[in-house]
Amino acid sequence: MRYLPQTDADRSAMLARIGVPDIDALFADVPKGKLVTDPHGLPRGQGEISVERHMNRLAAKNVAAGSVPFFVGAGAYRHHVPASVDHLIQRSEFLTSYTPYQPEISQGTLQTLFEFQTQVALLTGMEVANGGMYDGSTATAEAILMARRLTGRAKAVLSGGLHPHYRDVAETISRMSGGTHEAMPPAPTAEEDILSRIDDQTACVVVQTPTFYGHLVDLRPIAEACHAKGALLVAVVTEVVSLGAIESPGAQGADIVAAEGQSFGNPLTFGGPYVGLLATRDKFIRQLPGRLTGETVDAAGERGFVLTLSTREQHIRREKATSNICTSSGLCALAFSIHLTLLGSAGLAKLAAINHANAVRLAEVLATVKGIRVLNDTFFNEFTIRVPGNAAEIVEKLTQRGILGGVPVSRLEPDRPDLADLIVVAATELTTADDRSMFAAALAEVL
Amino acid sequence: MLNTAERSRPTQPAPISADDVEAVGKARGIRNEEPLIFEVGRAEVSGVDLPEPETVTSRLGGLERKTELGLPGLSEPEALRHYVRLSKQNYAIDINTYPLGSCTMKHNARLNEKMARLPGFGDIHPLQPLSTVQGAVDLMQELSHWLMTLTGMEAIALSPKAGAHGELCGMMAIKTALAARGEDATRTTVLAPQSAHGTNPATAAVLGYRIESIPARADGTVDPEVVKAKLGPHVAAIMLTNPNTCGLFEPDIIAIADAVHAAGAFFYCDGANLNAILGKVRPGELGVDAMHINLHKTLSTPHGGGGPGSGPVVLSATLAPYAPVPFIRMENGAPVLIEESVHALEGEQPFGRMTAFHGQMGMYVRALAYLLSHGEDGVKSASETAVLNANYVRVGLRDVMTQPFGDRICMHEALFDDRFLEPHGVTTLDFAKAMIDEGYHPMTMYFPLVVHGALLIEPTESESKESLDQFIETMRGLAARAKAGDAASFKTAPHFAPRRRLDETRAARQPRLRWRPAT
Repeated sequence: MRYLPQTDADRSAMLARIGVPDIDALFADVPKGKLVTDPHGLPRGQGEISVERHMNRLAAKNVAAGSVPFFVGAGAYRHHVPASVDHLIQRSEFLTSYTPYQPEISQGTLQTLFEFQTQVALLTGMEVANGGMYDGSTATAEAILMARRLTGRAKAVLSGGLHPHYRDVAETISRMSGGTHEAMPPAPTAEEDILSRIDDQTACVVVQTPTFYGHLVDLRPIAEACHAKGALLVAVVTEVVSLGAIESPGAQGADIVAAEGQSFGNPLTFGGPYVGLLATRDKFIRQLPGRLTGETVDAAGERGFVLTLSTREQHIRREKATSNICTSSGLCALAFSIHLTLLGSAGLAKLAAINHANAVRLAEVLATVKGIRVLNDTFFNEFTIRVPGNAAEIVEKLTQRGILGGVPVSRLEPDRPDLADLIVVAATELTTADDRSMFAAALAEVL
Repeated sequence: MLNTAERSRPTQPAPISADDVEAVGKARGIRNEEPLIFEVGRAEVSGVDLPEPETVTSRLGGLERKTELGLPGLSEPEALRHYVRLSKQNYAIDINTYPLGSCTMKHNARLNEKMARLPGFGDIHPLQPLSTVQGAVDLMQELSHWLMTLTGMEAIALSPKAGAHGELCGMMAIKTALAARGEDATRTTVLAPQSAHGTNPATAAVLGYRIESIPARADGTVDPEVVKAKLGPHVAAIMLTNPNTCGLFEPDIIAIADAVHAAGAFFYCDGANLNAILGKVRPGELGVDAMHINLHKTLSTPHGGGGPGSGPVVLSATLAPYAPVPFIRMENGAPVLIEESVHALEGEQPFGRMTAFHGQMGMYVRALAYLLSHGEDGVKSASETAVLNANYVRVGLRDVMTQPFGDRICMHEALFDDRFLEPHGVTTLDFAKAMIDEGYHPMTMYFPLVVHGALLIEPTESESKESLDQFIETMRGLAARAKAGDAASFKTAPHFAPRRRLDETRAARQPRLRWRPAT
């Protein structure tokens, strides 16, 4: 086996040194009869050639997003990742290191995490951010738990514009952890009366912008209403490129921002691994879960970075910790950070402008298709269309014509027949004018 | 031929006379100091060339960004240097032995990286039509089959994002099963050994459970009689790591499982140490009801400086119906991805959803590549070698270091305490920092909490005999130095790392968690 360096002679010498007759003598504590003696019926080891052949065969059964006109978004976005990002994250020193428990030999990871935290704070308009969560949905769930601890209240009000998977994750954790939640009905048309749901039992209101359906939400009146009742506003962002064009949630009064960071640096990969962002105000840091890197000095007075405030974390505080999170999403956070460093303010603003312009053009051309209605007044790079007929069937027909034409809402809201004619469609900097016209033409054909 | 090099410049070094020459700047040879991007980047610089956006009528509805982003940009060559220089301040498996106990820093095969980047895996969207991702669903099913077969368990929830998330998933399944029996309100306590990972009590606490700690026996294992005494109609589950965090296989695990089940509770097994027994023991045959598998430990998906992880949970027949969405159902011999609870059939009662989309696909690809490469023979061999290597290190050090539970065989990690250091005024931390000077990442220190000044060494199967011999020799040398009374050199270690010891107290008392412009 190419990954195991020992020879048979090595093994024999080592067993002799240990003073046991054979390997199984090392497993003597295993209860009688529980050592596996029968084969599992699984394949034997293979070299690279056959493993690659097998994997290539599986991969070939999938349609890569880059091989077709592609308009799928809904919480994960196909963006261009600069070549140097993937090169850098494959450096052995980043790829094959672990949590920086020994800061003297982990300054690379620690400094990049410190930079990541700062970038996330700037992007979201918040004072402080942690070193990353698993993804946007779990970051949102953690934000709700955090708001409950901060307010001593149990109820989370979830906007109908929240991504349905995020809503389901939040509902699961609320139900299981003794909290309560009130999920507003899905809001495909931007209109919802969330202010009336905020009362003195409300720990937080969770609002996504742009919403799952693409609408931009003015957070300011919601923040005001929350604060008037002593509740917190959790802002959720699933498309962080939008923050290059839209006012940050922090500037609009959000108390906690939970976001999906995939759009910077991380490929689609069927939904994971991604990186969750969690940012808040300085005064709330003691209740912020996850890893935090802080600046300090070493014994020689040189600037250095360490993991800090770990009395919030499970390995120190055990059942009194802010969260059970341990491993987060280090390498994905690094990819995020490198991509954002390459972009800078100027690059991000331009990237956001291209995304918006391409989506506006897409909305214009789709609106010319007979029977199609664009539901959005506002949007960033994604919006919802109403089709005459069953959206899932139409998307499948488009697929047969070689176009991946968005996400039928019914896939995530299968028990809502009133949403069965809606498709969420996205455009990014990778969407071309040809893609757009092919989409419109195919849509006209299948209707 | 004229050798100009020999003629024009000296090719032999001058004899060394003085070591302490100060460099003019902060660089030391090929080790560079690197400022923060905020100190060198410029707002107008970008390392990405993008086309001009088309001119359109804005649909942002007046919510355009007015506050400045303030994000520094670097050109591509500057960015490359920044990150490459920083990378050189990191230790890594690819540099040397990384004996971090409980973390399983084994070799990360690059084939697995290559496979995860195939466009058919890396460039597919979680919500593109299922008819266009059958290969991905097939791969998830194939990985599931391997994991269920090797562990002898009935069902699997692939989606948890990391080990602790898997714990949460398994405990949610248990909570749901108890609720189905009408016992959720009465079974409010979770038992966990004192030696447990911090994630175990933290997970149980998230779900509102009261934690009751189980003390270890003198030999570092759990006494079934102690467990029995703590069991009752108020106990929901026990969370037990096996092999345990002291690196020992729990010899009475079956008696413990039987007692737990007899009391109507569930057995959650923390699978963090599965890498010691995969292919050798099927946890399902030990009475386990739920167990997470850390793909980043046991199946070598890269640790990446702290993630991403992946924590699929295998479930017993009793818990199988409650697996969260998404899950895979076999229909006419083909795997189908079930994404929403409303599509559940009779016997399927998913408790909810752990995460958006379908979990850590990129890690599934790497884990399957690992399993296919090893095969069932290689998986077994890897476990055996991990245990062999740990015992070889243990035996190589037992006469100069101290074992907390006597001289007994361990599994994949060798545990020592600080009795060999204490009389000489050297702490476990000092010893760890001295290892850095010798070119090693320290072992896990001060964990498990039940052992004073614990030093937990996990060499993994990736180390050759020569590499282990060298490690043992270094450790013996350090132990001898401590014994010789040279505490001073330990106190100031490390001396040769990119940084000297860092002031963690200052970091916590005056938190600076982000860069801010100088005022």
